[in-house]
Amino acid sequence: MVNDHRTGRDDMSGLEDLYREIILDHYRSPRNRGELPVPPATRAEGFNPLCGDEIVVYLQLDDPAKGDDAVIDDIRIGGQGCSISQSSASMMSAAVKGHTVADARHLTRAFKAMMSIHEGELGGDGSESELDGDAAEVGEIALGDLDALKGVVKFPVRIKCATLGWNTLLQGFDDSGS
Amino acid sequence: MSSSTGLEPLDVTRIKADFPILGRPVDGHDLVFLDSAASSQRPTAVLEAMDRYYSEDHANVHRAAYALAERATNAMESSRRRVAAFVGAPSADEIVFTKNATESLNLVARSWGVANLRPGDVVVLTLLEHHANIVPWLQLAESHDVELRWIGLTPDGRLDLDDVDDLLRGASLLSVTGMSNVLGTVPPVAELAERAHAAGALVCVDACQSTPHTTTRVEDLGADFLVFSGHKLCGPTGVGVLWARSELLESMPPFLGGGGMILDVRTDGFTPAAVPHKFEAGTPPIAEIVGLAAAIDYLEAVGIDRITAHERSLTEYALESLPDRLGDDLTIFGPTDTEHRGGIVSFAFADIHPHDLSQVLDSHGVCVRPGHHCAKPLMRFLGVGATARASWYLYNDTSDIDALADALADAREFFAV
Repeated sequence: MVNDHRTGRDDMSGLEDLYREIILDHYRSPRNRGELPVPPATRAEGFNPLCGDEIVVYLQLDDPAKGDDAVIDDIRIGGQGCSISQSSASMMSAAVKGHTVADARHLTRAFKAMMSIHEGELGGDGSESELDGDAAEVGEIALGDLDALKGVVKFPVRIKCATLGWNTLLQGFDDSGS
Repeated sequence: MSSSTGLEPLDVTRIKADFPILGRPVDGHDLVFLDSAASSQRPTAVLEAMDRYYSEDHANVHRAAYALAERATNAMESSRRRVAAFVGAPSADEIVFTKNATESLNLVARSWGVANLRPGDVVVLTLLEHHANIVPWLQLAESHDVELRWIGLTPDGRLDLDDVDDLLRGASLLSVTGMSNVLGTVPPVAELAERAHAAGALVCVDACQSTPHTTTRVEDLGADFLVFSGHKLCGPTGVGVLWARSELLESMPPFLGGGGMILDVRTDGFTPAAVPHKFEAGTPPIAEIVGLAAAIDYLEAVGIDRITAHERSLTEYALESLPDRLGDDLTIFGPTDTEHRGGIVSFAFADIHPHDLSQVLDSHGVCVRPGHHCAKPLMRFLGVGATARASWYLYNDTSDIDALADALADAREFFAV
């Protein structure tokens, strides 16, 4: 999971949990990086006022009128930021592409629960446990690499980095009227 | 460290011992605190002064006739005289206590600004400013159609003085930082003030970053307003200072209304109290004001000039040793010589995002600040979203800068592919 030169150091052990190799891979080679023509796509911007990070989410839904049943035909990520915010957005884009808005919302809730964010108005559906244990899927979407972000929860300051892309995705759903 | 200034060098080991927090290990590491530009640490003398005030002298000020209340009032008012002497104010009545420098700047904008600025009037700012010296003026631009003009920067982060006189022409106010909280740039405030006054503009100095590190004399600076905060000069949080020339304070309307700032209140109106109480509505942060005076006592006992010289030699050491150790992976923003900068160094390193960098440094006990440092217009000028920033004070020495270099070298290894 980690390079040899990054192991065997006591003072780095906490960091190894945060910077898993898969996270650094997404940071160095972000998936779905770029832009989509607006319109027909929609564009949403998210900021982390603490660190100045910025994420832009371009969304192309098959038919926004279908609301939560609309399918995410395409998604692109722009902006700049730290490895946690950028890799989380990259993983998110790979996870939700080709799935419905409803599934993406479901995954967002579950991801935030993994980050120890429990939103009363969204909660009550047991989403907290869905990413625990051996659960490989949330709703219809495969978890994939997202599990690697679990370590972020040990670094509370970085939770906002990890959730920036997800909040921007939700904003994109609102902007596109779905 | 040798000194070319003829001043006795600081005994940093002894000074460190005055600051309890610096002796506490963090996750098994010695604390390497390089974030004093955000907030400094406090010596025992300040903590004890506040503790003693609460233990022995506390009652509300300016209200009661009993002896305890008089002691509290005396403690607050002698602190006011202490602060006045610290910045060379002609009168203690020119010192207004606020909760922080941000409130002081808002006071200037909302009180002096609203009373004096008309649509089309001009306030001149610089690209070095902290949001606290930007947003209150943007609010006035929105609500009162005040025009804002900006003094730009040279590529190495000094003020571009070429068109300053054009920018100042017809302006009502120049509001400028005494030292950039991002680049450490020290603008030529006295020269700017002279040119501003020649153009008929008043001068407000955001001295948050300069007052803790250099001798401050409001007259030498040519300031009409000067603001700073307590917590950046070894004092407590929760107390800030506004100094203004007395005729300005006299003419300005009150900012916040309430108890303590009035002479008389009727059902159809009120008469404000005299300066400075007119601007101090509500129970003030008395213990913090006492702590601020104790911090000033502490710094002056060490010697502000010695602190300036010490930090300058640390800055020289950092500007030389960090590039030596780390090579081309390190980009230091801002002036390259200590003539134009103080002890704040912002940098980019090895394409590692500042937030990630700071995380790895933290695992070594090294505290630096990542982010935009509340100076987004400056970040846009630099063409970055964020920087990592190290800043030092009287309790830092070259070993702290060496620790930073070691931690940076490890971060490079950690993030290497």
